[in-house]
Amino acid sequence: MSFAHGEKVRIAPRPHEGHHRTPAYLKGKAGTIERVHDRFLNPETHAYGKDGRPEQRLYLVGFALHDVWPGYGGPRDDRLLADVFEHWLEPES
Amino acid sequence: MHDRGGWPTDAPIDRAEHELADWEMLMDSIVGTLGARGVMNVDELRRGIESMGPADYEAASYYERWLFATEKILAEKGVLSPGELDEQVAR
Amino acid sequence: MSHDAHEHDHSPVTNRDEPPIAARVRALEELLVEKGVITRDNVRTRIDWLVSRTPADGARLVARAWVDEDFKGRLLADARVAALELGLDPGEAPQVIALENTENVHHMVVCTLCSCYPKALLGPPPDWYKSLPYRSRAVSDPRGVLREFGLTLDDDVEVRVVDSTADIRYLVVPRRPLRTNSLDEETLAALVTRDSMIGVSQPLTPA
Repeated sequence: MSFAHGEKVRIAPRPHEGHHRTPAYLKGKAGTIERVHDRFLNPETHAYGKDGRPEQRLYLVGFALHDVWPGYGGPRDDRLLADVFEHWLEPES
Repeated sequence: MHDRGGWPTDAPIDRAEHELADWEMLMDSIVGTLGARGVMNVDELRRGIESMGPADYEAASYYERWLFATEKILAEKGVLSPGELDEQVAR
Repeated sequence: MSHDAHEHDHSPVTNRDEPPIAARVRALEELLVEKGVITRDNVRTRIDWLVSRTPADGARLVARAWVDEDFKGRLLADARVAALELGLDPGEAPQVIALENTENVHHMVVCTLCSCYPKALLGPPPDWYKSLPYRSRAVSDPRGVLREFGLTLDDDVEVRVVDSTADIRYLVVPRRPLRTNSLDEETLAALVTRDSMIGVSQPLTPA
């Protein structure tokens, strides 16, 4: 499933054994697609001697820091952005 | 252990900088060369670093982690045999 | 950085001032060269490239963007291509994205998972960028980190922390300082510090 700029998404709250590039602090958090990037080799397989294909779409996802950290003391508009692979995104109604 | 975002810490950020030592430049270049030659890619390097035990990870310097990972991945690929590098050091 | 230091003696004998790990790294190089996995030339070329990397390249991109709106547009659209346009080496990262700071938005870059950094354009990352405290706190307390670097932003400025988790490299285009209208591009570039392109501080102001 693919996503468009501005769409609301949630980072899958799933554990993952082994190398992956979705930080723990963002798992389960809801954000918005800020950019749709190109496809890139999948590090989860590329790290284990596979060729990393098929390439996976990458997205720049934006989060309100208040949503990421319940105790966040800064202004409401402060944001966190991170590059997340498509297979880690779920649509958020 | 490598996944550090938001870890609680009171540690101030130490802004002292050091110029890379020759061995660090060398380590960086060995890894870069291995990557360019298709022997070990950056995802494998990262995976290798992430396999370090927590205490070792925190105690190691940046390029010490690179060396650890490179040895591990190259051994896995059979490029380095067990003990071979130790022998080379002793030569 | 002393360029003389890079006339390397590639023997595995440890220089008395070096830690033991240095001998191990040299031995690794020897072994890999012996096995034909790499060549000394490969490594030497790469070291030369690393030594050549400085923030001056990134600063040139920023200074040009400050004086040329059209170039700025191209830089923000694709920093890799914009770097090539100026004859700069954007490095091996498949993509480099420039993030513009404005009156209302301040970007700050971190790699919480390791140390991803646009080193082709900024030179090697400073130790603090790779440090555990920076990697932990940049995403949870960015304003606290900025204060440690001497920068306090008003509450109505949106702080955007960018965690570069994949293979895209991010570079901040800091705001052009006030009272610089009469300065030429080269002088402007000298105001653009490495730290301002990471986003932890502002550029220098003219004397």
